[in-house]
Amino acid sequence: MKNKYSFFSLVKNAFSYHENWEKAWKDPEPKKEYDAIIIGGGGHGLATAYYLAKKHDMKNIAVVEKGWIGGGNTGRNTTIIRSNYLWDASAGLYDHALKIWEGLSQELNYNVMFSQRGVMNLAHNLQDVRDLKRRTHANRLNGIDAVYLNTEQVKKFCPIINTSPDIRYPVLGGTLQRRAGTARHDAVAWGYARGADEMGVDIIQNCEVKGIKRNGDRVEGIETTKGFIKTKKLGVVAAGHSSVIANMAGLKLPLESKPLQALVSEPVKPIIDTVVMSNAVHAYVSQSDKGELVIGAGTDDYVSYSQKGSHDIVEGTLNAILELYPIFSRMRMLRQWGGIVDICPDASPIISKTSVKGIYFNCGWGTGGFKATPGSGDLFAHTIANDEPHKLNAAFNINRFVSGDLVDEHGAAAVAH
Amino acid sequence: MFVINCPYCGEREQSEFKAGGEAHIVRPKQPTELSDDQWAEYLFMRKNIKGIQFERWVHTHGCRKWFNVVRDTSNDMIKAVYKMGEKPPTK
Repeated sequence: MKNKYSFFSLVKNAFSYHENWEKAWKDPEPKKEYDAIIIGGGGHGLATAYYLAKKHDMKNIAVVEKGWIGGGNTGRNTTIIRSNYLWDASAGLYDHALKIWEGLSQELNYNVMFSQRGVMNLAHNLQDVRDLKRRTHANRLNGIDAVYLNTEQVKKFCPIINTSPDIRYPVLGGTLQRRAGTARHDAVAWGYARGADEMGVDIIQNCEVKGIKRNGDRVEGIETTKGFIKTKKLGVVAAGHSSVIANMAGLKLPLESKPLQALVSEPVKPIIDTVVMSNAVHAYVSQSDKGELVIGAGTDDYVSYSQKGSHDIVEGTLNAILELYPIFSRMRMLRQWGGIVDICPDASPIISKTSVKGIYFNCGWGTGGFKATPGSGDLFAHTIANDEPHKLNAAFNINRFVSGDLVDEHGAAAVAH
Repeated sequence: MFVINCPYCGEREQSEFKAGGEAHIVRPKQPTELSDDQWAEYLFMRKNIKGIQFERWVHTHGCRKWFNVVRDTSNDMIKAVYKMGEKPPTK
């Protein structure tokens, strides 16, 4: 049993100069066999292991990670959390996650710094206005909080936005989801890792999967840099590298992996207390608790695993940011990075069984997976444990690309993918 | 960010081009006879290779012609460029 983090543990450890904190998770060598193995130690993978152990009474579980936990897209995103998606299936999926976020710090006994500062989506042309109003109504019918704001209300909610009608893409209105916000991405990975470790999950880092062994239509185990590990259930949560893992199992996925970039500025005093996203000009911005502006850019349009995007993508985003927020014109950018995101043709994820018994995929989250971390883990754990999807992820099966029953959130999801 | 050697215009910045995805996916000859699985394969399933990939590009802000590129997607190094209708290089 781990010591609980509390005010008292903080004071107690202060006396020993914070040098004797218990390790948050062990660093074990892999066993010969597990009841379930999760490939990928990002937020979604660790959450999956956590809920498998917690809700489905599986104890002999391993998470194998090529690098270190939370070192991929979990630590590279703009930390935006919202659930204002258009379609019923997506609304159910993302709001399930948002509801878990609301109690996550208490549940994990780990401060994930979830901050419901609101997310505002801007409209810049007549079609945006119509789409955003439609989405507001759809959200409210699904029990998701949403309001439509006119230009004056946008200005009042976020005074630094340039609402002049003279700019190239003037602000005609926007939507606001007040329950939406941000969280500390690293803490999410660490909190789930600590929670999973406590329940006996082996978190194996620096362990790359090299092959998947199949016996006919059934999985037997995985070949890794730390040797062969046997398992009957294999959950793959490998984000941008999902197709690489799928190829090892002889499967093909409808994914394309592309670089997605983000950048942060030097830290400044509080200037923006919400998250503002703009689909039409593709710019979104929030401010971290350290004071940095966190700015999200778009994806490149070509497949690449290089973890670096094109300069013109960043330039386009900053053009839009500067027109909407002239006050940022002399800000200096501190760092910029790219992560590889796996994009589905309908911009919705896949949380599904496959044609190989015992292999499950959780992928295709594209540019917006962070927000779904707790819900994704919960539903994927359900799917693995019961060999059946939960009703909330039934629509996100891989067969939708055969049946044509797509969940088309391209553009509908309030941000370009 | 990289430079692409357009077979018609020569070397230009990648931002002048638009990527057209995986190359050599042949349009079904008898669309009416395809099963749902075959349609899914043709429309949606992609190799999404980490490594040497054959792909299509179009010089949008130039000659507007389509052509094929062989590129290593792990580091964006271009290995070869060839015109539409030409056989892909084997080495």
